[in-house]
Amino acid sequence: MASANYSILAHHFENLEQQRETETMGMWLFLATEILIFGAIFTGYTIYRVRYPRDFEAASAHLNLLIGSINTIVLLSSSLTMALSVHATRVGRQKMLMTCLTLTIVLGATFLGLKALEYYSDYEDFLVPGLRFRPGEWTELTPPANPQHVQLMLAFYYIMTGMHAVHMLVGMGLLVWLVLRARQGMLTPVRYMAIEVIGLYWHFVDIVWIFLLPLLYLTGTHHGSDLHF
Amino acid sequence: MFAEVPLFPEQASTTAERVDALFFFLCAVTGIMAVSIALLLLYFAVKYRRRAEDDRTPRILGNKRLEWFWTISPMFVFLIMFLWGASIYTSVAQPPPDAPEVFVIGKQWMWKIQHPDGQREINDLHIPVGRPVKLTLTSEDVIHDFFVPAFRTKIDVVPGRYVHTWFHPTKTGRFHLFCSQYCGTSHANMVGSVVVMERAEYAEWLDSHAEGSLALQGRKLFLKLQCITCHSANSQARAPVLEDLYGRTVNLRDGRTVVADNGYLRESILYPEAKVVQGWESIMPTFKGQVNEEELIRLLAFIKSLKPGRTPVRTEDFPPPLGAPETPPGGNPKPPQAVPTNRPEGKSNRS
Amino acid sequence: MSSTITTRFVPQAKARPPRAPEVNYLNVAYGVKSWLLTTDHKRIAILYLFTVTLMFFLGGAAATVIRLNLMTPTGELVTADTYNKLFSAHGIIMVWFFLVPVVPTVLGNFLLPLMIGARDLAFPKLNLLSWYIFTIGAVITLWAILAGGVDTGWTFYTPFSTRSARTNVIPTIIGIFISGFSSILTGLNFIVTMHRMRAPGLTWFRMPLFLWAIYAGSIILVLATPVLAVALILIGVERAWGIGIFDPELGGDPLLFQHLFWFYSHPVVYIMILPAMGVVTEIIPCFARKNIYGYEFVAASSVGIAVLSFFVWAHHMFVAGQSVYSAMIFSALSYLVAVPSGVKVFSWTATLYKGSVSLRTPMLFAVGFIALFTMGGLTGLMLAALGVDMHVHDTYFIIAHFHFIMVGGAVMGYMGGLHFWWPKMTGRMYSEFLSKLAALIIFVGFMLTFLPQFVLGYLGMPRRYHVYPPEFQILNVMSSAGASILAVGYVLPLFYLIWSLYGGKPAGPNPWGATGLEWQTPSPPPPHNFDETPIVTTAPYEYSLEETDGVG
Repeated sequence: MASANYSILAHHFENLEQQRETETMGMWLFLATEILIFGAIFTGYTIYRVRYPRDFEAASAHLNLLIGSINTIVLLSSSLTMALSVHATRVGRQKMLMTCLTLTIVLGATFLGLKALEYYSDYEDFLVPGLRFRPGEWTELTPPANPQHVQLMLAFYYIMTGMHAVHMLVGMGLLVWLVLRARQGMLTPVRYMAIEVIGLYWHFVDIVWIFLLPLLYLTGTHHGSDLHF
Repeated sequence: MFAEVPLFPEQASTTAERVDALFFFLCAVTGIMAVSIALLLLYFAVKYRRRAEDDRTPRILGNKRLEWFWTISPMFVFLIMFLWGASIYTSVAQPPPDAPEVFVIGKQWMWKIQHPDGQREINDLHIPVGRPVKLTLTSEDVIHDFFVPAFRTKIDVVPGRYVHTWFHPTKTGRFHLFCSQYCGTSHANMVGSVVVMERAEYAEWLDSHAEGSLALQGRKLFLKLQCITCHSANSQARAPVLEDLYGRTVNLRDGRTVVADNGYLRESILYPEAKVVQGWESIMPTFKGQVNEEELIRLLAFIKSLKPGRTPVRTEDFPPPLGAPETPPGGNPKPPQAVPTNRPEGKSNRS
Repeated sequence: MSSTITTRFVPQAKARPPRAPEVNYLNVAYGVKSWLLTTDHKRIAILYLFTVTLMFFLGGAAATVIRLNLMTPTGELVTADTYNKLFSAHGIIMVWFFLVPVVPTVLGNFLLPLMIGARDLAFPKLNLLSWYIFTIGAVITLWAILAGGVDTGWTFYTPFSTRSARTNVIPTIIGIFISGFSSILTGLNFIVTMHRMRAPGLTWFRMPLFLWAIYAGSIILVLATPVLAVALILIGVERAWGIGIFDPELGGDPLLFQHLFWFYSHPVVYIMILPAMGVVTEIIPCFARKNIYGYEFVAASSVGIAVLSFFVWAHHMFVAGQSVYSAMIFSALSYLVAVPSGVKVFSWTATLYKGSVSLRTPMLFAVGFIALFTMGGLTGLMLAALGVDMHVHDTYFIIAHFHFIMVGGAVMGYMGGLHFWWPKMTGRMYSEFLSKLAALIIFVGFMLTFLPQFVLGYLGMPRRYHVYPPEFQILNVMSSAGASILAVGYVLPLFYLIWSLYGGKPAGPNPWGATGLEWQTPSPPPPHNFDETPIVTTAPYEYSLEETDGVG
């Protein structure tokens, strides 16, 4: 508890309220830039989706919706535990804080682990253009799909989920840092901005996934018999 | 020496005259604006120069009326500039319908030009004076740009699609042709000339360079690549007849309608499953990798020229092209005189 | 108890200016660590000054070789490949590592907290991190350029950049991508600071117009840069793994890259010019000793430019293959975005009317800015006309147009700002004679370099050509001659500015007699800027008010 001594108020702020409002605004503005970055790539994806609807649907139907769905539940739950840990900080319940933070990390790690499993399963299913891909399997479908356009869709899929995964990794790092801070007693009802703004970031990453899932996975028709790990 | 320094390009096309007129108008308007501001600045800086360290100035904060005036009034001038510019641009975007079509292929680092009657050129384009000519351009690799300063037109040449431009030369002579979209090492060497000739001279030039029209060369390719196997004149053939197709509206299987233009034909040869005609199965194999851009242009010229009743008859026996079904579903097509028996499944009459 | 500081004109005492206080931000601590780990916005501004100045001269060196090569039509100085790498390096360095950062990170960083009466920016550590990110990005890009080079042009058009180019595209992209984060974080810092940390009484409409310009520029930085990041990621992926988003073979569209690229790169040119316009708006009232004419309109014009800048990107693509209707819309919008710039030029000119005009060096640069920016902007009107752009696109006309704005505008504006605030930043005055000489040399050199290029462009000389038809030679030689004069003009300040640090007269808090909170502090300012938070009671630029005691 030694380091709890130094002032929460930074030297360049007049008062705590100004400091907190500033930090909140900073994170919201940062999230606005993130909307732009994901928005740009979503726009590119949408343009091609509108141009080649059948091929994109065919490709989407082959993505692993089972893992995608499980991951959605995992991520949504982690947003819940994140919100709870922010709340725990505000009310001073240290044990609840540690539990919820740890759960958030575990859920985040689960997401990433399942994502890795999913990429591996995509590899097994010949869904990696340039590496493991069978053009013939797409032209044989009824109706036949253009393997070039399927590759386009898959390229976007990897880039978009990859970008999301990178943001998750950064989030995980931030969460670990928060756990360390919590252990030092530096997350308290008066000193909570760090977890508050990181909570905002985590929720944002979750929301991006909520958009990714339908855009990528749900444009095609999946059959129960397709679901696999 | 200085007499030879050009300060203004030659005007050699109808578009050039229009562009220059607009340009001079713009120079005049912006020149007046610039000179006025410069003079005002100079005048104020001199007239109101600081005379003592404790000079006082009147407290003028502004005048809303004046400020609204100088905000809104330029917009009227801009409107004229916009409309004038847009009118020239739209006319360049719409080639005259009966202009002869020359094909241009840009590739690193040369221009390959094909005239409709088969004449081929590299980096030079011979055209007659006093008549519009339309260019259809594509690229084999990266984006280039076909720029003729004397005509005041340029157009980016993009791989994977056709673009069009046109001009109406008004002067004979030899004019610079530049590539003006950076395309790599020898971008600056991808230059040539447009040679505008008198009609008689041009006719002579055409004769001496003829190789057989593009359409004729295309017909040979049509037979060699076995397109005729499916696209014969027989209405029971497994593919639509191509007579009189160019320029018509086609109904597609998925409900869309398209016009059968150069782009559509090129796409159907390279990516046949993209736009399947209503009433037909998607069994056409792709010819990507078997035809290059120049051969595509010949095929297109042939299809364009194909009048009713002129589909060639299959006479030679070549092996079917890569990817074509060995035996068509429903058996081989019967010769035209035979009574049709089995109608293959899934077919309906050609619309 | 807070002291009341009013933002009205107070003439400098005739006697020797008071000695600067013992401790200022420069001498409060010595040693490399105190600089590399500083969180003081003023020191960070100086750190940026070093980095961007270095990048400026490197980009200038590339330009020097380019202009030397263009003295002869057969271009024998360097090979075609080297030339292509040179103009790419020039563009990349100058755009991302000089023009975009210079005014915000050097002048903005230094002045923003001072001008609003704050002790630092909202996020001082983030500010330092921005500098590190910027420098790392610069180092990576420089390495890529020097170790083999990149020859795609700063515009990276596909499919050339993804398929044909055999050069260091990916390392360059990585460097630019990284420096983009610096832009975003700096912009974010500025916006939040201006919203949350203004001194009591400093309402939005009492802020100096330099800050309005910085604010508008920061909005663009924050919203546009992420789109560039995506465009660069996509090229990188296409190049590294051969699966193309822009590859026509796969049904991809090379034009999609152009749209994504220009959606960022058009607003970015306004990032480059808006802060420089803000500088000019500070200098003119001071050296005309008069209120700025039309404060609200000028403030609104900054925001208007920022908003409209997002809607005109495809005017870079008029001949690229968009539909006629699309082209017409972008042409009309491009005319619209010219309107707020006109408002500024008229306001500056009207400010001189009945003023008391003193042509000190900062004013020379400011007036030069107005002249050259106006010419560049007016040629922009010509380019917005579809019929003319058809002819001059991708020729030297375009090069002349944007250099008039970037060099004649942004760089002159920056130089004006540097000369205006140098006494505040360093506590020293520089040689009036040499600085006026530099301004004059720069102006003359600039005109000689770039005016002939308008003629060359209309004649049809395309850009990015290392050889050209012989009849273009004389104009090229004129341009290169001008460039050599321009180079002298840029090198001269290095000498007299550095010399001023050792032998310059002490400046005192307000050598120009300017209004503004920054001039109420000593020169150089103390580390924490203000001992007590100032309270603002008047509008800015009140040069014309009668002097009164006490509260204004």
